[in-house]
Amino acid sequence: MTALDQPRSLIPGPLSTLQRIRNLGTESWIMLAGIVSLCAALLALLVMPLYSLLSKAVEDDKGAFVGLANFQEYFSSAGLVQSIGNSLTIAGLTMVIACVLAFIFAYGITRSCMPFKRTFRALATIPILAPSLLPAISLIYLLGNQGMIKGLLFGETIYGPIGIMIGMIFYIFPHVLMIMVTALSTTDARLYEAAEVLGAGPVRIFFTVTIPGAIYGIVSAAVIAFTLTITDFGVPKVIGGQYNVLATDIYKQVIGQQNFSMGAVVGLVLLLPAMFSFVIDRHVKKKQVALLSARAVPYHPKPHKVRDRALLAFCVLMSLFLIGILGTAAFASLVTFWPYDLSLTLAHYDFDAVDPNGWSSFYNSLKMASFTAVVGVVVIFLGAYFVEKGRGFGRLRSGFHMLAMLPMAVPGLVLGLAYIFFFSRPENPLSVMYSTMTILVLCTIVHFYTVSHLTMLTALKQIDKEFESVSASLKVPFYKTMLRVHVPICLPTISEVMMYLFVNAMTTVSAVVFIYSPDTKLAAISVLNMDDVGDTAEASAMAMIIVLTSVTAKLLHGLIMKSFTARHSAWRQRTG
Amino acid sequence: MPFLEIVEITKKFGEFTALDKVSLQVHEGELVCFLGPSGCGKTTLLRAIAGLDIQTSGHIFQRGKEISNLPPTERDFGIVFQSYALFPNLTVEKNVGYGLVSNKMGRKAVGERVAELLDMVGLPDSGSKYPAALSGGQQQRVALARALATSPGMLLLDEPLSALDAKVRVRLRHEIKELQRQLGVTTVMVTHDQEEALSMADRIVVMNDGVIEQVGTPTEIYREPDSLFVANFVGEMNQLSGVAAGPHTVQLGTATLSSQSHGLETGTKGIVSIRPEDVIPHGPGARSPGAPDELSDIQNAFDGTIQEMEFLGSYWRARITGGLLDGDSLIADFSMNAVRRMSLAEGKTIKIELPSDRLRLFLGDDKGPEA
Repeated sequence: MTALDQPRSLIPGPLSTLQRIRNLGTESWIMLAGIVSLCAALLALLVMPLYSLLSKAVEDDKGAFVGLANFQEYFSSAGLVQSIGNSLTIAGLTMVIACVLAFIFAYGITRSCMPFKRTFRALATIPILAPSLLPAISLIYLLGNQGMIKGLLFGETIYGPIGIMIGMIFYIFPHVLMIMVTALSTTDARLYEAAEVLGAGPVRIFFTVTIPGAIYGIVSAAVIAFTLTITDFGVPKVIGGQYNVLATDIYKQVIGQQNFSMGAVVGLVLLLPAMFSFVIDRHVKKKQVALLSARAVPYHPKPHKVRDRALLAFCVLMSLFLIGILGTAAFASLVTFWPYDLSLTLAHYDFDAVDPNGWSSFYNSLKMASFTAVVGVVVIFLGAYFVEKGRGFGRLRSGFHMLAMLPMAVPGLVLGLAYIFFFSRPENPLSVMYSTMTILVLCTIVHFYTVSHLTMLTALKQIDKEFESVSASLKVPFYKTMLRVHVPICLPTISEVMMYLFVNAMTTVSAVVFIYSPDTKLAAISVLNMDDVGDTAEASAMAMIIVLTSVTAKLLHGLIMKSFTARHSAWRQRTG
Repeated sequence: MPFLEIVEITKKFGEFTALDKVSLQVHEGELVCFLGPSGCGKTTLLRAIAGLDIQTSGHIFQRGKEISNLPPTERDFGIVFQSYALFPNLTVEKNVGYGLVSNKMGRKAVGERVAELLDMVGLPDSGSKYPAALSGGQQQRVALARALATSPGMLLLDEPLSALDAKVRVRLRHEIKELQRQLGVTTVMVTHDQEEALSMADRIVVMNDGVIEQVGTPTEIYREPDSLFVANFVGEMNQLSGVAAGPHTVQLGTATLSSQSHGLETGTKGIVSIRPEDVIPHGPGARSPGAPDELSDIQNAFDGTIQEMEFLGSYWRARITGGLLDGDSLIADFSMNAVRRMSLAEGKTIKIELPSDRLRLFLGDDKGPEA
């Protein structure tokens, strides 16, 4: 036992929460305040709106509680229930086709010796830059009633499931491809060597090594494809015709018939598949980690004439499809009167002539996207920093992380609808934000929170976890080290997240379509409206303006990062 | 008054008890090593001292002042981690001066202090380089300079050398010890490398399963281990089944040998231990000054057969069976000299002496972990 000079009160027992709080230093208070305010923000901007949506579903138009009456009404309407089947069919088929196409494309990029791999990879990101309305508009130009090549459909109509599926495949292709490429890149060459040595043929190797190695990625890609398709609103809105799906039903119930309760019910129905996919994806991602060993040897494909040429041909065709869709919209926006007068003109870009908001909706979008990128990246960085690098408050931090994962499971349409219910109530003090630019920015940040949060978290995880300890031992407060060390190290990721937020804010329709006001109308919504009233050429023109903005932003971003890295990141190069 | 006093520290992670009522005193200016296998709680104890992971219960006093629940920023220590944790985007100078700037020193004073520290760790010209341009050993010196920059009362080293090459490790071991002695800074170092602990520490704290097994100087730990665990973990140890025959004697096979006092009751089964280098071979040509004239006069000895011999560079390692060993084998290290003089070879039977002051008996049925 220890010999103490004088008796001290030695009652070794666990500290009570109160004692712990009393013992907090200034820094811990700052950290606590930060986490609590971020939690509060996500509660107010995500959880409470969703709760309003839930309660709206069990109320009638006057706000009286009616139990499950709305659900009964919903399920007794054959037309509405039909949409569930339609949505599932479309999402299922699109998922299968998109996954097969993306797998072959990814296989070409990762496992062949065909030329132009980088070019193909870059081309495949085209759809991200455009709103999902664009492929639908292009398809109408190509295959619609006045379509140039509608003979290809052999009498079938593009207005319906075929159109939705082709449009969706274009729109989701980059997302699915990205996951497929990752899945096929992370492989261990030694497995292939072992299989070859054991005498397995190429087909057997493909089914016993390639597919099992990539299976989690494939499942993940399928889940993403399914969710994106079932929750997207732009494509079916433009090209769906009489073919109803869940996403368009919500819009029709709320905007068309002003039936908010029924809209809430459809929203909840749409939430189910999204939640389900989310759970599967999480589960799969957890398993995937264990699959990769640190000592894996990277796989380098050997040339194989037949395989390489076949894959090259496929990738060329697929790229032509992607470029063709974009090119059609560009071309249609520049010709006088499709398809009868193909002389070039810029007349369709004179938006002020056809739309009361005209160009102002573009400026609104620019403003909204810039604010979303700047405000969003600050909040997301802080949130990820607290989750990954915070000390203490374990439950609060993991609680915030759970909240940050939630937006992934909430389709944009459902989020937008939830915002109407929550923010339009006059008794809600936050209702001052309703129909302002602020709410559009906040809604968009929340909508795209999860992916940004996870990206930031990955970057922060790679930073030595002892930096905070060192900083504390040197009596430097954590926020100073965060600004001096973590922010500079994470700069590439920070700018990437800003880019992601900017482009998505430029192109998104689904969440904001319910909460914009005449003063804050956005470019993508203009596309929707102009298409609705038949100004299709102007709609394509506006969609092209969005694409051009995204491309410009990407190019600028690349240039700035390049010159910045050259000047300020000498430390990233190994010189010794 | 001890410089650092740890009183009944317990740390639980959920159901798992990482530290179980650990008490310890560290004196001013000494270098104490926490030594133990991974998961023994040594790092947890270090982090509790630093305030990085506050203990579940118990008290810590530094210079008589209770610091048990202070956050790390309000404690007085510098720390070096296994990963160095150098800020990659700051130059070596900025890294070393990181804690100085906020202390409101003048810019010039900071510059001078940084230069002095870099000089001290032997890197006077590396100030403007980035950490990635330095070798592992150099990075570790920078980390050390940074930790010492604010002249902390206590230096904490968490496995500071284990990420380095063997040769660099041995050199840095010596340099750190020199520096520590020069500055007189009280130092606590965590390591799983017994050689490191033996060569650097003033005192070693051997830990296992969240408790302290033994505290002592390196020679005490090595020569007089308190438990079978310590005996096994530090250095190598033969373990033979035996029985306590008296307070100073053990029964091994049929013979009774005199041993160190073991405190076990007569008749208790235990493990008889002796280090391989303490086993003495006797044979023709073994004559050394003061040795008994007749082989039969040698006490505590038996006839054993050399089953195998393995050449290990500066000495031979032999496996010996027969005699009292009763099926067990005894590992013995013989010097090159002895092997040559006595022409020791596989298959030969010789007289094996187990000196009584090196022979110990520990309680235990199983032979514990192999070192």
